[in-house]
Amino acid sequence: MRVIIMGCGRRGAALATMLDGEGHDVTVIDVDAAAFSFLPDSFAGTEIVGSGTDEDSLRRAGIEQADAFVSTTRGDNRNVMAAQMAKHIFNVARVITLVHDPIREEMYRSLGFRTVSPTRIIAESLREAILADDGGEATGAAAEAQTGSEG
Amino acid sequence: MYIIIVGGGKIGYFLARQLLEDQHEVLIVEQAADKAAQIAEDLGEIVMVGDGCEASTMERAGMARADMAIALTGDDADNLVVCQVAKHKFSVPFTIAMINNPKNERIFKMLGINATISSTSVILAHIEQELPSHPLIPLLTLKGGGLEIVELKIPPESQVVGKPIKQVLLPQKSLITLIIGADGQVRLPTSDTVIQVGDEVVAVTMLDSEESLRSALIGAPSVRAF
Repeated sequence: MRVIIMGCGRRGAALATMLDGEGHDVTVIDVDAAAFSFLPDSFAGTEIVGSGTDEDSLRRAGIEQADAFVSTTRGDNRNVMAAQMAKHIFNVARVITLVHDPIREEMYRSLGFRTVSPTRIIAESLREAILADDGGEATGAAAEAQTGSEG
Repeated sequence: MYIIIVGGGKIGYFLARQLLEDQHEVLIVEQAADKAAQIAEDLGEIVMVGDGCEASTMERAGMARADMAIALTGDDADNLVVCQVAKHKFSVPFTIAMINNPKNERIFKMLGINATISSTSVILAHIEQELPSHPLIPLLTLKGGGLEIVELKIPPESQVVGKPIKQVLLPQKSLITLIIGADGQVRLPTSDTVIQVGDEVVAVTMLDSEESLRSALIGAPSVRAF
């Protein structure tokens, strides 16, 4: 699958690495070239310096041939704007966007977008960890929470 | 009308001042506390400090009863989201967004923003009006032969308006291949085809005959070309 990932922070880079390892054709786009240092040396995909909310940069990233587009930056507004461009201008079949603000997330979901809310996922994981009666050590939830705050 | 302006920059400030003068109820939402304080000092308590993209801020601002939301920040993504949240979450009937990158006009319109303002586009439109030049638009350079395909719009003052192609003196090795009328109708020209104002003429020409082709179709060389 040809996938474009907007935002090469920890989260975007982790996703890119995963998909690349599975043999997908991955392109990562980020305004900051330094962000690509999050990618491992083994990364075989394409790195594009540019803004995911700029039509020309998206074209350079090959969005016209992409099967999927994922926006993963920290900025909700940038994420949803890029996602809407991918869907409405470039007709990408699968568009997924991170939205941190739960209210905006709900709204864009109701507008037909596939959204992922890090806030909700982390809160739910933390709640599960607190209510679990095994008194366990740092589980997946805590680890996830940390990734989330830095991504 | 109750009008909410997001972004208290210069445009937001002067707009609010004018709207207040016209007896509208206005609220400016501005993130920077110092900017907000300055506006409040000038215009009174019509400013709220907060992130205008947050639904909770909008709720406090009374977005649900607003007649109009105007997004004037320097960030197109922020302006888009302000308008979309106002429209979809608070059912605001009319939304206006400022666009910083003129390329974004299309997507904003597609997404139902009622009106967009792009200062770049406005200035460009004025420049184009003030400096009428009729450049040849190179469409394609054909490799090898030194040929290219160009396009040119026929202005009203052109001496070939109303003339059939056989009466137009074209430079050597130049050929009119296609005419697209002002109405969008495509015509395959013959020697009897009459050229009209607003026609877009597509021609094949030698690279070095560009200028003679231009003057054959338009007349005097453009005084102030870009």
